[in-house]
Amino acid sequence: MVIDVLPLQVAAELFPNGISRYAVGGLLVGLGAVVIYLGTGIAAGASTFLESTLSYVSDQSRFQQYVSSRDWRVVFTLGIVLGAAVYAAFWQGGAWTTDVQPWRLLVGGVLVGIGTRVGKGCTSGHGVCGVGSASKTSIVGVITFLAVAIVTAQLVAALGVSP
Amino acid sequence: MSDRHPAFMPLIFVGGLIFGFGLAFSHMARPEVVLDFLQFEDFGLLFVMFGAAIVSGIAFAVMPRLRDSAPLTGDAYGRRLKSFDRNVLFGGAIFGVGWGLSGICPGAAYASLGIGNVTILWALAGMFLGAYLQGYWRSRSQARDTTAAGAD
Repeated sequence: MVIDVLPLQVAAELFPNGISRYAVGGLLVGLGAVVIYLGTGIAAGASTFLESTLSYVSDQSRFQQYVSSRDWRVVFTLGIVLGAAVYAAFWQGGAWTTDVQPWRLLVGGVLVGIGTRVGKGCTSGHGVCGVGSASKTSIVGVITFLAVAIVTAQLVAALGVSP
Repeated sequence: MSDRHPAFMPLIFVGGLIFGFGLAFSHMARPEVVLDFLQFEDFGLLFVMFGAAIVSGIAFAVMPRLRDSAPLTGDAYGRRLKSFDRNVLFGGAIFGVGWGLSGICPGAAYASLGIGNVTILWALAGMFLGAYLQGYWRSRSQARDTTAAGAD
């Protein structure tokens, strides 16, 4: 009997909130990307929206290269916002707000904006579509940002910054 | 654009809806959950990333064998392959510091706004600022390279 219980205890420590919400959510994220891919052949990522939307207000050549895709990327992002709002309205029971300090969000956001665009992708472009494509570039990219993020988050926590 | 299939935008929108609902359902739209994962307190996020990659991976592997081109665009079904250079490592490391500090990435930030997390506007403002800074810098250095090459 002891042998049977041990794996459950380990699982409870590794996954204190269970795995169903994560697994179901992940499958839906993948399904959303697949729906777009099946219809259009496009392997969409979320971070290109940042640059493509800047092309509406900036003439920089770096942003203008995304002019042809900027309209559907706005629609994709609006879909993401509204899809999450549907969850909030019917499952979450209203709005939820983070306690993570604004300076962390702002400074972190600047680095995310620079890094995802210089690094050719983010968690969805490299992580979902790239890894799903067995792209070596994306796998190296994911390992890089995941490892650095783990070290960063642990350092910040060790310095006593919370939340 | 006018030459697009009429179902193009609705399909993109529906894909976005499912994508965003999934991010909210998985709780990845909450920075705290991402930070718990990065601090090894809850490994559930692995199921979000790998679950999504497996589902998309099946489509990327199967569709090119079933059809030559996508119905709404006529584009060939391909995989998402990008060339490797040191930018992937350099940019990935910068992204990693930002993700580890804030607990939020672009797609999850859009979804976070959707679940009512107005505080995430700080991160979204930061992301646009960061994307602008790198684009400004890279557009200028590209123009400088082109000018230099033209002078030769």
